[in-house]
Amino acid sequence: MTMSDAAIYKGSHQVIPTVNPVYAQRRKFRVDGEHQVLWNLLDSVYDPELPGLTIWDLGVLQDVRKQDDTCIVVITPTYSGCPAVDTMKQDIISALNDAGYQQVKVEVALAPAWGTDMISPAGKQQLSSLHIAPPQEDDQPNCPVCGSSNTTVLSQFGSTACKALHQCRDCFEAFDYFKRI
Amino acid sequence: MNNTIKSNEQSPLYRFVLGLADDSVVLSHRLSEWCSNAPYLEEDIALSNIALDYVGRARMFYQYAAEVEGKGRSEDDLAYLRSEREFTNLLIHELPKGDFGFTMVRQFLLDAFYNLYLTQLVDSKDETIAAIAAKAIKETRYHLKRSEPWIRQLSEGTEESRSRIVRALEELKDFVGEMFLMEEWETSLVEQGIAIDRAALQPDWDRYIQGFLGESGIEFGDAQLQIRGGRNGIHTEHLGHMLSEMQYLQRTHPGMEW
Ligand SMILES: [Zn+2]
Repeated sequence: MTMSDAAIYKGSHQVIPTVNPVYAQRRKFRVDGEHQVLWNLLDSVYDPELPGLTIWDLGVLQDVRKQDDTCIVVITPTYSGCPAVDTMKQDIISALNDAGYQQVKVEVALAPAWGTDMISPAGKQQLSSLHIAPPQEDDQPNCPVCGSSNTTVLSQFGSTACKALHQCRDCFEAFDYFKRI
Repeated sequence: MNNTIKSNEQSPLYRFVLGLADDSVVLSHRLSEWCSNAPYLEEDIALSNIALDYVGRARMFYQYAAEVEGKGRSEDDLAYLRSEREFTNLLIHELPKGDFGFTMVRQFLLDAFYNLYLTQLVDSKDETIAAIAAKAIKETRYHLKRSEPWIRQLSEGTEESRSRIVRALEELKDFVGEMFLMEEWETSLVEQGIAIDRAALQPDWDRYIQGFLGESGIEFGDAQLQIRGGRNGIHTEHLGHMLSEMQYLQRTHPGMEW
């Protein structure tokens, strides 16, 4: 874990962690990985329903291995019925094919079960910029438009299984909240 | 496809996983029947999303059941090309969706059940089952968080909404017992640390359900009957009708893909 994305300093000694251990572990796994070129190539694969959010940032990308000439990419779906998985698989294969890797296999792993703690800090930032409130410890998101904490839930499910629909009581904007699971 | 596979030729693990898959796919279909029919848009979306969670769960269990069976059948073969008598879901899942109150009461009873069940199933010695349970429990916890306030609101809402909750409970109570009745092949898997003793979950479930409903002054009486048979392929009249709709496309155009 590097200090730059793991913590911010408050005063001279106290360290407030801003990255949860689950993401930190993922990041270490990636940084220690043997195939940095492949990991980096896969940063061009995005979630089909969340523009600008890579499969790494979303926490879907779990591992990249090579077996002889075959690249094996391991992903874990967000929700068990997530319909975006097939598109992601295709996009992964295309991204690596385009870079000259002809043999690509995508494995969908059940474990570890995906959770919102796997989302990267950059991913959370990207969600905010899409006006989707990122997951919160207490499930009480701030309005992604005006920042107000005076928000209420309209529906526990939004446009996709991973989101709930909330509304800001100050600016009245209805917004998606990325549910914490 | 052979439609007359005798159940005693099937391994306990296959039957166990298949039962869980059937539970999920049947409930998923019942929930999906609300799509475009729910009381308002947000509810429509919510019920469809819960249906999606259950179809995802069904796919994982069917894929594993197909692998355990080892006869080259696919998840789609198991879901779409088996007959009514080969389905082994617990009966509560197949009852028609009824009105919104009925759907929410069933969901509440099941969410509470799965909350207890999956919490233990994550420790199964079978790694695949444990992994599926670990994914599913996260979704189920959320489902329960959604059905609780609905039951509270409808129970304490108008006289009409309350009477529908009471009626739904009345209609469901004879089907609750089956959730806690063990089959012998399942018991053998409990001994191996693979399955869960469902019977042992009943006291906690009862306490929770009665406690929750009690706060709204609703009593959930003891069942007069314990209607059972689902795990052995004996169903209510409703499943056949449901399957004829659910399986229509694959039966008419085998191998059809989106
Ligand atoms: Zn606002």
